[in-house]
Amino acid sequence: MMRKSIASLFLLLLQLNLKAQEGGVTMADEMRNNGKIYVVVAVILAIFIGIILYIVRLDRKITRLEKDQKSNTLITKS
Amino acid sequence: MKKWWWKILSIVLLVYTFTAGMGLLWKNDVPRLPQLQETIRNLYFHVCMWFAMMILFTCSVVQAVKYLNTNKLKYDILSRQYAAVGIVFGLLGYLTGIIWMSYTWADPNMPASASFSQIAREPKLIGAAIALLIYLAYLVLRDSIQDLDKKARISAVYNIFAFAFLFPSIWIVPRLMESLHPGGEGGAGGNPALNFRDLAPRMRIVFYPAIIGWTLLGVWIVSLKVRLATLKEKMLFQE
Repeated sequence: MMRKSIASLFLLLLQLNLKAQEGGVTMADEMRNNGKIYVVVAVILAIFIGIILYIVRLDRKITRLEKDQKSNTLITKS
Repeated sequence: MKKWWWKILSIVLLVYTFTAGMGLLWKNDVPRLPQLQETIRNLYFHVCMWFAMMILFTCSVVQAVKYLNTNKLKYDILSRQYAAVGIVFGLLGYLTGIIWMSYTWADPNMPASASFSQIAREPKLIGAAIALLIYLAYLVLRDSIQDLDKKARISAVYNIFAFAFLFPSIWIVPRLMESLHPGGEGGAGGNPALNFRDLAPRMRIVFYPAIIGWTLLGVWIVSLKVRLATLKEKMLFQE
């Protein structure tokens, strides 16, 4: 009887201990476990790549304008 | 695209921020804190906006001082574009801050209006709003002056004043008052994100690259704007 109650108390403590390790703070663990977090990251990366492509295009356009400008000034000078 | 390596670096660092920052590379990479929970990841985005803003404003005031020393319009263009992009980053920081605080500061037990009146007294919010308004006034002041040299000189002097005001309004005053924002009176003190006792070590390996990545992205946009403005200037002189 005594041994049983000690064992059950020990099990109870073990359970509490496990709970304490989890911290009791809800995080998005499920999202990470079933992999849905990848969807979020994919969306973020898609938007980011879109913005970067836009900026690179702008960069190229301005470079072309600068070249045009340089050749223009050469023509007017000569 | 001359000297493109830092643009690639910016893209790589930001992709790293999005993947590692969302916890794809390491398990349990952020501390489990009550109230904050997963929103702690906003550190890689919200805080980096303010860091990028500070760095861009610092560049802007350096260019303003250079203009006052040399009277070359080149520095005036640089100074103005750095300030403009800095303002954009500041507004983004403010916006993300609003979203973040409405989920972590607002008291769910109180009606939204009561909780808003508490948050609206927040010294960090008021200080940041004042600083951004001063910089917005910089753009208004610039565009109200017709003469090129006068415009450049007055706005360079105003830029120095605005930069000097930035520090008390977003760093010093909020730290002296009671604040919900990290770093306020009663907290650990100092800069909460850079404080080694405050920031979990696992977060630093994402946070520092994130700052560099976002700042480089800002500098990239500045460089585009500067080149465009320079082209415009040249065309004006040709006509």
